[in-house]
Amino acid sequence: MKHIINALVENKPGVLAHVAGMFAARGFNIDSLVVGRTEDPNLSRMTIVVLGDDRVLEQVRKQLAKIIPVVKVQDYAGQALVTRNLMLITIAAGPEKRTELFAMIEMFRGHVVDIAQKSLMIEVSGPESKIEAFIDVCRPYGIKSVARTGTIAMPRQAKTEL
Amino acid sequence: MKTSPPGAQVAPGKPTLKSGAEIVVKTLLDLGVDTMFGYCGGVILPLFDKLFDAPIRFIVPRHEQGGCHMADGYARASGKVGVVVTTSGPGACNLVTGLATAMMDSVPLVAFTGQVRTELIGNDAFQEADTTGITRPVTKYNCLVKDVRDLERTVREAFHIASTGRPGPVVIDLPVDVEVAKCETGGPVALDLPGYRVRTKGHSRQIAMAAEAINKSEQPVLYVGGGVIAANASEALRALADKSNLPVTMTLMGLGTFDQTRPQSLDMLGMHGAAYANYAVQEADLLIAIGARFDDRVTGKLASFAPKAKVIHIDIDPASISKNVQVDIPVVGDAGQILEELTGLVEHRPRQAWFDKIAQWKQRYPLVYDRTTSTIKPQYVIDEVWRQTQGEATITTGVGQHQMWTSQFYRFKHPRQLITSGGLGTMGFGLPAAIGAQIARPEATVIDIDGDHSFNMTLTELSTAVEHKLPIKVCILNNGYMGMVRQWQELFYGRRYSKSYLSNPDYAAVAVALGAVGMTCDKKDDLPRTIEQMLAQTRPCVVDFRVEREENVWPMVPSGKSLDEMNGLDILERLI
Repeated sequence: MKHIINALVENKPGVLAHVAGMFAARGFNIDSLVVGRTEDPNLSRMTIVVLGDDRVLEQVRKQLAKIIPVVKVQDYAGQALVTRNLMLITIAAGPEKRTELFAMIEMFRGHVVDIAQKSLMIEVSGPESKIEAFIDVCRPYGIKSVARTGTIAMPRQAKTEL
Repeated sequence: MKTSPPGAQVAPGKPTLKSGAEIVVKTLLDLGVDTMFGYCGGVILPLFDKLFDAPIRFIVPRHEQGGCHMADGYARASGKVGVVVTTSGPGACNLVTGLATAMMDSVPLVAFTGQVRTELIGNDAFQEADTTGITRPVTKYNCLVKDVRDLERTVREAFHIASTGRPGPVVIDLPVDVEVAKCETGGPVALDLPGYRVRTKGHSRQIAMAAEAINKSEQPVLYVGGGVIAANASEALRALADKSNLPVTMTLMGLGTFDQTRPQSLDMLGMHGAAYANYAVQEADLLIAIGARFDDRVTGKLASFAPKAKVIHIDIDPASISKNVQVDIPVVGDAGQILEELTGLVEHRPRQAWFDKIAQWKQRYPLVYDRTTSTIKPQYVIDEVWRQTQGEATITTGVGQHQMWTSQFYRFKHPRQLITSGGLGTMGFGLPAAIGAQIARPEATVIDIDGDHSFNMTLTELSTAVEHKLPIKVCILNNGYMGMVRQWQELFYGRRYSKSYLSNPDYAAVAVALGAVGMTCDKKDDLPRTIEQMLAQTRPCVVDFRVEREENVWPMVPSGKSLDEMNGLDILERLI
């Protein structure tokens, strides 16, 4: 099962290596790992998607918390979340296919961020399933390259979905 | 030793300009450090220059690994933080085995490593190594100090981290320009460790549940590890065992927490543990684990470990709980505090049937060896050392058969009496650890019970012992083999003794050449007198005991088997 782990870490050199090294050394599976700054300049947030059962995840949480520059660890399992991935994708598409492509991009709430003679670069964000779906519909046109982030997540504050 | 500590004249609160090296020395003195181990080199010269007239006893090993094990032995024998200093590159790399040894056995160490100038880092400079990168997996914490203004705080944090919670080694990597750079000191220094919190007070409801389980239990076993020694909680453990009337088994790291000459002691459990300990664990209805981590050498096959037992686990490290064995009642906190609270809640239970059963196992499967042979049995050496030292010596070991026989035949009474590499299993640990232990406890009789191949690995440190006139004793159980490897090859690899023997030197001659006393004992009748002579020495003394070559350690739970599937019980039964 996939779990999203959120770790608040001190913004110091070596912390990412420490976290990544711990995962490798203990044989835990990282699906994705995203690091970025937070509202506090001294802290970074790591969002780590981990594969494993409850026992593995319990160890992942504890071993993460044990790393000294790791300040706080949360497993988001069972919480209502907003999750986002970001993708840049370049598709082989000459002028003749663009109209139909634009309609599709619209449906996925993506943006065209670069146009060349025979290709388009598109930016799409959303949950992982949406990114996967967009890749699927692009495939028939010919995908030239894909760059994507891992998942970031934040628990919903309101009880009702917006 | 020189007088007048640098910085002693400084009026508190008055800022003064100090170099990084001066800050390190002053902070070490503030923290009460009076003994250090280390080896000099290019980029650590500024720090060594300030150590020249500091009132700190400084031991220079012959190899940095030896220095790290010495600091480790010093820490284990004294309960204080061991401190080791090396230069960059090879100096730092040579610490790795020592750091990993300390990490696995939760020993508080602080290591200072020199580093190339800050602007050269990453340029493959002379004697540059990525020390923080290399040592990260084998330390509790490490860091590279780039700004001299962070230095005092970092040193204080290192000692705090090394010595609190589950102890462990910390590395401070110190670029040479930071050692030289100056900054104002004298102001207040606050630790800045937002991610480091140690929970010492156990949860009261969990403790109450544990007490209830103990009071209800008919067949309990206390399973005690090195954490109880680290927590200085051996007295508290004894109080619990006595009040509630509990049998106690110990891990290799836990030996010494409970006096093995007392009838409640089940001695060591595990792969080469006593049969009565292993049977008791497998039959127990309640296992009370304290400061132990359910290591594979202790549990055997996990699925069938203590199958009938409810498990209480008391540990300071939350990550140890339910790592290998699912725990029913976890209590996170300081073993001493928790034990005290727990002892207040338990009641005495006779458990006559249980103790009768244990007595039967003890009678049927005692730890014995063949005393009738004309050759010297390795166990006999240990037995005789135990007898002549009245079980009061501080013992260090290498790793292998001699280590297991030491755990079986030296019956320990006091915490910190056995100093051995349990987790990492580092051959060559015994001699340097003995040097560290003797420095920590000058009054103690310190004996390294070693194997020939373990001793080979670090024997150069004998020079260090000679230089510092340390009256350590080394008993080499010389069988000409890597004994434990040979035993496994005999049992599991069809007696194909592949690369498990080397030609050994004349150890007595080596000892004499290095300035120590050297003796050889190859006759059984000479053995008691030889040990007497060894114990009388005031200089380092090495005795080469030519023991029976193909003796095996019994009992043995083969890797992957359950604790009650022991080999060799038939052999032991025939010897009674």
